[in-house]
Amino acid sequence: MSDLARAAGEETAPSAGGEVVSAPAVPLATGPVAAAAPGARRTRDALHFALRNKKVVGGGIVVLAFLALGLIAPLFYDYGHSEYVGPQSSGPSGEYWFGTTTFGQDVFLQFVHGIRSTFLVGLLGGGLAALIGMTIGFVAGYIGGLVDEALNMLTNIVLVLPALAVLIILHTYIGITSVPSQALFIGIFSWPWVARAVRAQTFSLRTRDFVDLARLSGMGSGAIIRREIAPNMSSYLFMTFILLFGGSVLFAATLDFIGLGPTGVMSLGLMMNNAVHWSALQLGLWWWFLPPGLGITAIVGALYIMNVGLDEVFNPKLREM
Amino acid sequence: MSMLSLERVTKRYRVGAFGGRELTAVRDATFAVKAGEVVSLIGESGSGKTTLGRMVLRLASVSGGHIRFDGTDVSRLKGRKLAGYYKHVQGVFQDPFSTYNPIFKADRVLHTIRPTFFPEVSAAEWRKRIDTALESVRLDPRQVIDKYPHQLSGGQLQRMLIARALLLDIKLLVADEIISMLDASTRIDVLNLLADLKERGLGILFITHDLSLGHYISDRAVILRRGVVVEMGTTDKVFGNPRHPYTRTLLSSVPQMHHKWTRADIARTIDGSCAIHDGGACAGEPQLVEVDDDHLVGCAAH
Amino acid sequence: MSLRVDNLKVYYRTLRGDVKALDGATFTVADGEIMGLAGESGSGKSTLGKSLIRLDTRMRLVEGGVELDGKPLPIGDQDAMNAYRFKAVSLIPQYAMSALNPTRKIGKMISELLGARGVKYSEIKPELERRLDLVGLKREVLNNYPIELSGGMKQRMVLVLSTLLNPSLLIADEVTSALDVSTQRAVAETLVEFRDREFVKSMIVVTHDISLVYQIADTIMVMYAGKLAEKAPADVVVNAPRHPYTQLLISSLPEVGVRYADRKLAGIPGSPPGLLNPPAGCRFRDRCPLAFARCVEEPPFVEVDKNHHVACWKAQ
Ligand SMILES: Nc1ncnc2c1ncn2[C@@H]1O[C@H](COP(=O)(O)OP(=O)(O)OP(=O)(O)O)[C@@H](O)[C@H]1O
Ligand SMILES: Nc1ncnc2c1ncn2[C@@H]1O[C@H](COP(=O)(O)OP(=O)(O)O)[C@@H](O)[C@H]1O
Ligand code: SF4
Ligand SMILES: [Mg+2]
Ligand SMILES: [Mg+2]
Ligand SMILES: [Zn+2]
Repeated sequence: MSDLARAAGEETAPSAGGEVVSAPAVPLATGPVAAAAPGARRTRDALHFALRNKKVVGGGIVVLAFLALGLIAPLFYDYGHSEYVGPQSSGPSGEYWFGTTTFGQDVFLQFVHGIRSTFLVGLLGGGLAALIGMTIGFVAGYIGGLVDEALNMLTNIVLVLPALAVLIILHTYIGITSVPSQALFIGIFSWPWVARAVRAQTFSLRTRDFVDLARLSGMGSGAIIRREIAPNMSSYLFMTFILLFGGSVLFAATLDFIGLGPTGVMSLGLMMNNAVHWSALQLGLWWWFLPPGLGITAIVGALYIMNVGLDEVFNPKLREM
Repeated sequence: MSMLSLERVTKRYRVGAFGGRELTAVRDATFAVKAGEVVSLIGESGSGKTTLGRMVLRLASVSGGHIRFDGTDVSRLKGRKLAGYYKHVQGVFQDPFSTYNPIFKADRVLHTIRPTFFPEVSAAEWRKRIDTALESVRLDPRQVIDKYPHQLSGGQLQRMLIARALLLDIKLLVADEIISMLDASTRIDVLNLLADLKERGLGILFITHDLSLGHYISDRAVILRRGVVVEMGTTDKVFGNPRHPYTRTLLSSVPQMHHKWTRADIARTIDGSCAIHDGGACAGEPQLVEVDDDHLVGCAAH
Repeated sequence: MSLRVDNLKVYYRTLRGDVKALDGATFTVADGEIMGLAGESGSGKSTLGKSLIRLDTRMRLVEGGVELDGKPLPIGDQDAMNAYRFKAVSLIPQYAMSALNPTRKIGKMISELLGARGVKYSEIKPELERRLDLVGLKREVLNNYPIELSGGMKQRMVLVLSTLLNPSLLIADEVTSALDVSTQRAVAETLVEFRDREFVKSMIVVTHDISLVYQIADTIMVMYAGKLAEKAPADVVVNAPRHPYTQLLISSLPEVGVRYADRKLAGIPGSPPGLLNPPAGCRFRDRCPLAFARCVEEPPFVEVDKNHHVACWKAQ
């Protein structure tokens, strides 16, 4: 229905605070309630809805279960994940839960070690990308003008750079030997969309009067961004991090799978790479390639489902009344 | 001597694609505010009132001219010196709900100024000062402390901002449409509060589009039209004997409670005579001409 | 009798319970009457206006009925209301100016809107142009985008549009509050002109600004905290109000001519009660200087004089 229709008496349902971050700048016909409501109540409501949101709770349980598995399970083994400990190519059994590889390595042990590095790369890579993206987004959005244009250009350059090609080149010259260095590369390439989104949000927040008031209090730009603007976007930043985490895990798996992963460290991607390399598929060793594939799918899937759930929690429009 | 004086203050915004066009929001504004004086800045929306107020508060840069405060040129201050200026000059804005960060408790605005301006004062001592400041704007600390902005009324929020200003060594307050979002029954209280502060020696730049409010509180009035001051002087003279056709139009359109609009007051405004060029050719010079003691009028062509 | 509202109660559903935004309104608006509706923010003015046109999903009709031109208006039934909206009752919502779709030319928007109502644009165009002339808008505005119009022009455009099918009742919610005094006056006078030319039979003009509505309204109704406080001819409300709230409200309004130095006006201490769990009895009791024992009972909205209704024990 056209907006003019509203004007002529065809009033539509009120559009309650549509933005993720803030109450609408112009309260529509919903009156003072919509204008003033968010705030403390929002946090409380968010928690209220989060704990009742099946997607958030379910996704969270899956993620935490995997994390616990990766952290705890390896402690119970006195041998390493690449040691040849058992019979070759044996299926799942009471002793080797996920069976063994062609060389007699314990697949379950590889799997739980793989989860460790998966979380590590997710946290480091996602964290770094979040840090770069948010810093650039905040600075560009808050300061604007020439700084904004320069940062925007930088963002666009990184956005169009073929990350994979660059990584292959870097790998051949420098060699990516550890999970942190892999995370570093991933982080450096995955921030542009974050910078854009944060910039746009900052742009709309910096025109609010409370930013002016902070300036009249003698606060500098950095303090204003940290203490006034960022807290207003916390829910949004949180969701961004979840998406980056999932993205880094997938990116790392791809790299490991095509053989660009760190050496000496087991990861879910590397497990799949090995399985394919040693023809596990053709030999029918399903217990070798299925767990890592399903593990990645489950972790990333659970994160994305959580993200959708969080979206519903933070966005009143999607909340079921 | 005037506490605040504006000298041919101009603001140009770059607008359009690639900032290709220039929009002059305020042109050559020249007026002053003395201590203990309320000056109303009156004009329709878009006339440049907010822009002027923001330049005085240094929230917008000054494109041309000078703003002097107690004799010092403040139009290009930066960093520490600017913070020092803010110790004496503060602002209150139109929308109380946007002036408070919705995710923090409202009284945070009273605490954030301590580290910058009074780092030597202890937190306990500061809390005492806050109570005193709140009481002087007639707020009961127990009712407003520890509440989120949405739990307070617009009037309470605006008063808390005035209390914030009082915590500083405030000499000039820029009040930009601070009561236009308040209810009729609370408006007058905030207005009276401003008047009390003025009697204590505070200078106030009172920005409004409401002529009745401007008239009620101010000592002097400045009428702004499309970024240009067209008339200014003591409130009695500007309201009692408006000389610029634009001021007359405004005054005749103000709805009055005990007097209904008539055709006659329209007729009075159609008379677009120029106070400067009597019947002659109006070239539209920007200079104001003094037509009476402390009563300046611009050319009708503006 | 153009509009008759009988004990209308409309609540908002929220997580924390019902907000009793309109809690029993009974009044009439006569043919040719312009009724000003005043009251503080949150007193239920827009809720009343919206109820007569469309209840949004959060609004709930609790009780009461509405009659327009002698026939019941099915305000509780959104589908049945379709036949009345725009043709019999029209609303200009608060913030209508910013609600105009910025990507559509105005003429196109109008034709779409009429199409949805089964009216041919080409048939109505001559009348549309006549009315544009009347309000001083050039016909070319139909080829403009909304942003190309100033606030006053937009507001006049919306006014022409919403009265194009000559509805019996027009509800104008804060149509002048965003405008400057001179534009405000022009729009307000256009409202009167539309009534005089019988484009609309009667109007409800919602506003904060009593001195503005006094200029154009025949009667003024004052609301307080979801209830009606007083309704009377405009002169009576301004010069001889009987409800303590109206009295205090009128005396707190500064006018050109009143100076702080000469006469200090006083506001009304306190603030209105929340509408989630409003107190029983008179809702103005906490702030009322005249409150007495009986005020714990709810005062009925009764006619104390000819055409003068008040809800206050002291006024009876
Ligand atoms: N969508 C909503 N959900 C819950 N409560 C609402 C909603 N819209 C309005 N209210 C409440 O209903 C009451 C009446 O609101 P309404 O919008 O009718 O006020 P109003 O008199 O038009 O105010 P204003 O002058 O600010 O436009 C208020 O207490 C308001 O907070
Ligand atoms: N940040 C800005 N960029 C460009 N133009 C602006 C900006 N702020 C204000 N303007 C323009 O300056 C003029 C004066 O605006 P403003 O000072 O807000 O007026 P008022 O407060 O009197 O309503 C208007 O034409 C407005 O569109
Ligand atoms: S009923 Fe009582 S409390 Fe209510 S307005 Fe009248 S006197 Fe005041
Ligand atoms: Mg302004
Ligand atoms: Mg309203
Ligand atoms: Zn002249």
